[in-house]
Amino acid sequence: MAVKDTVLDILSDLTGSDEVKENLDTDLFKSGLLDSMGTVQLLLELQSQLGVNVPVSEFDRTQWDTPNKIIAKVEQMQQQ
Amino acid sequence: MINLQPYENPGYFVLLVVALLPAIIIRLNGRRSHWYETLVSFVFLFLMFDGRKWTQGVALIGYTIWQFAIVALYLRYRTKKDSPNKFSVFFWSVVLAIAPLTVVKFTPLFDHGRSSIVGFLGISYLTFKTVGMIMETRDGFIKDFHPVKFLQFLLFMPTISSGPIDRYRRFEKDYDRTLDREQYLDLFGKGIDRLFLGFFYKFILGYGFGTMLLPNLQRQAMQARGGFLDFSWPLIGVMYCYSMYLFFDFAGYSLFAIGISNLMGVETPKNFNYPWISHNIKDFWNRWHMTLSFWFRDYIYMRFVFFIMKHKWIKSRVTIANLGYLLLFLIMGIWHGETWYYITYGIFHATVMICTDAWIRWKKKHEGLLPHNWFTHAVAILLTFNTICFSFLIFSGFLDRLWFH
Repeated sequence: MAVKDTVLDILSDLTGSDEVKENLDTDLFKSGLLDSMGTVQLLLELQSQLGVNVPVSEFDRTQWDTPNKIIAKVEQMQQQ
Repeated sequence: MINLQPYENPGYFVLLVVALLPAIIIRLNGRRSHWYETLVSFVFLFLMFDGRKWTQGVALIGYTIWQFAIVALYLRYRTKKDSPNKFSVFFWSVVLAIAPLTVVKFTPLFDHGRSSIVGFLGISYLTFKTVGMIMETRDGFIKDFHPVKFLQFLLFMPTISSGPIDRYRRFEKDYDRTLDREQYLDLFGKGIDRLFLGFFYKFILGYGFGTMLLPNLQRQAMQARGGFLDFSWPLIGVMYCYSMYLFFDFAGYSLFAIGISNLMGVETPKNFNYPWISHNIKDFWNRWHMTLSFWFRDYIYMRFVFFIMKHKWIKSRVTIANLGYLLLFLIMGIWHGETWYYITYGIFHATVMICTDAWIRWKKKHEGLLPHNWFTHAVAILLTFNTICFSFLIFSGFLDRLWFH
């Protein structure tokens, strides 16, 4: 799956750790891997690498807090 | 004329719950009555802004018409076919929406401490709601203007005076749904629990710290002036006591507002999530006055960072983040009021955020150098707690009295 790999690469790049690839259900915010700054970078990378346009308004932390959830969201948005 | 300020004393709750009783019974039967709940809301809003507060009532009506027009017009602009979605239109809509609040916040500064005639209790919280709506409309997530729902959201009685700040799309879902008996019973139970915890917080702990202890400590600290920076042990007491008062008073109020919302079938988001167990300042702002800090995070900080990064105006991510913190906390400070201590409080928090980020980066670079165990965690909590209490001492304005009066 291209989307999955791309998202995971972006996430490990942003968090500077491979934890996101090892456990796809890590809570990115609770664990401190991602903060608001990281979130904005994530949105910009998703836009430039995958062409999905996620406005800041759409970003509800509870729906984007694990690698699995992010992958699902991006796949869903690509199909639209 | 009777005037009732929200959640001021236990009598208010008796009146409010009795008035809501028919609505509660209807909801316990798995139905709901919007018109009856609206009637109760209207009566209590009226009692809040009548009598000696009538000028505020007039200001509220004028304000509501103003915001109604801005949001309606912007939504119409944004949802018409092939809307150009210009930045300038968005920008001016936001400026117009915050104009009344800006006037209210700056009037005392320019008019010898007098308050503005367009002000009323809760103007900030209503402004946060409409500005949030305009931003989400720009992003294309609010797609139609529903006059009744807009007014229900804006003037939602339980939260009108001091939040928590809800969001339109979330509120709309709660407003539209009908809970079955089981679901409502569950929410009702939570609401009642919150009301009782709120009583304990605000009327017992908040009262104890704020009314019984604090004035004594302040008097002692004033008498002990003269040393280096007028420092004294009672001043330390003021710092902790005020912090406890601030928490229990506001968390108590928030619990009331959420509890009453629950009785009306609305799950207003919580404002506090055990802030005293925060292990750093970032964690703290995710737990303290959450609806306000999330509002600042989502509508100011993240948008600022997004804008700067998208236009590539500044390269360094660290610089962007730090500028974002300064902007956010300066605005937060000014919003509290144009006094040296509120502004200092804002700058202090921005500085601590910047240092915390630097520390987190250092730790990432030197992984494994510092152990993570219960002891380091306890030290982190203790340090955070004291940093916050110190910031609240600045916030309290007591230093102004201590040093300059």
